[in-house]
Amino acid sequence: MAGITQAEADIGREIMRGLIATLPMMISAFPFGLIFGALATSHGLTPLATMSMSLFVFSGSAQFIAIILLGTGSAIGVIWLATLILNLRHLLYAATLVDHVRHLNQVWRFGLAAWLTDETFAVMERRYRLEGGSANAHWYYTASCLGMYLNWAFWTYIGIVVGTRFEDIGAWGLEFAMVVTFIGIVMPALRSRPYWLAAITAGTIATLANALPYKLGLMLGALAGIAVGLALQEWQRRRRLAGAE
Amino acid sequence: MMSEFEIALMIGGMALINLAIRWPVYLFADHVRFPPLIDRALTFVPVTVLTAIIVPMILMPGGAEFEIDWRNPYLVASIVAAVISWRWHKLMPTIVIGMAVFVLMRWWVG
Repeated sequence: MAGITQAEADIGREIMRGLIATLPMMISAFPFGLIFGALATSHGLTPLATMSMSLFVFSGSAQFIAIILLGTGSAIGVIWLATLILNLRHLLYAATLVDHVRHLNQVWRFGLAAWLTDETFAVMERRYRLEGGSANAHWYYTASCLGMYLNWAFWTYIGIVVGTRFEDIGAWGLEFAMVVTFIGIVMPALRSRPYWLAAITAGTIATLANALPYKLGLMLGALAGIAVGLALQEWQRRRRLAGAE
Repeated sequence: MMSEFEIALMIGGMALINLAIRWPVYLFADHVRFPPLIDRALTFVPVTVLTAIIVPMILMPGGAEFEIDWRNPYLVASIVAAVISWRWHKLMPTIVIGMAVFVLMRWWVG
């Protein structure tokens, strides 16, 4: 098309690619958005409060826990604590991606932090690992964020409107789209034995500790995996050094 | 049930907590450089956290009990997807074939 510069075409391409990479996770999330909207309103939250949660909290698992805790009459402090524990992993995500956003101004950095989710982290980690950064990589990131965000807000709204009559949709197993995408992202990242050991440890501990509240098992598994992976890597390095002498 | 004010307070607090987790690292990015050990530890984040999210979903689709069984569509389709991804390193075929196996098994096993 006339009048479109090379840079604009490049931005457009990054946006399209970011959306396409995120699409399986949008499919995976939509039933939960719908169920959240239905469940929150059926638990006595107003449509405005329900919508505000999806727009401002934007964290599926924390939003569901809040509804459940509200139903049991928990104090606000308990709900806040649950949110904190549940989402601590996002700190690891931000620390992992920070090298790729450091050159951006603070407005960009705020947006890309506020909209960071498991799904966008997975998509962006893969992109940076395979292609490195580029001048417009943050548009890819933005597209992934907005795709997840608008999808979540839209289906929350639909859930508020249609109510609980489509709750079966949770049993369809669409969340498997996220599972299979994460498998496709993690397998190629297992580049040496320490990474294999780290992943196996993380998966095992997270599963065994699955009954712990607030997804503590997830953090426990991840931290244990990181620790043993790092330890094996260090041990291999020392052995190589000793062998070279 | 909480009052409307308390609900607003709860939502505002949750939003702030999420921001307090995700934002500071980016906000202070100019001043913070991690020591080499932390940088190395962070290279393990994707393979550990993403795995810790999905393995319980695969082995305990109901959330509480192990279903290590060939009739568990999550398990069978995940194994197929993992083999494809490990062998060919291609994302789209992994997703499409993994989903296809999953849907077929749900329909077939019931």
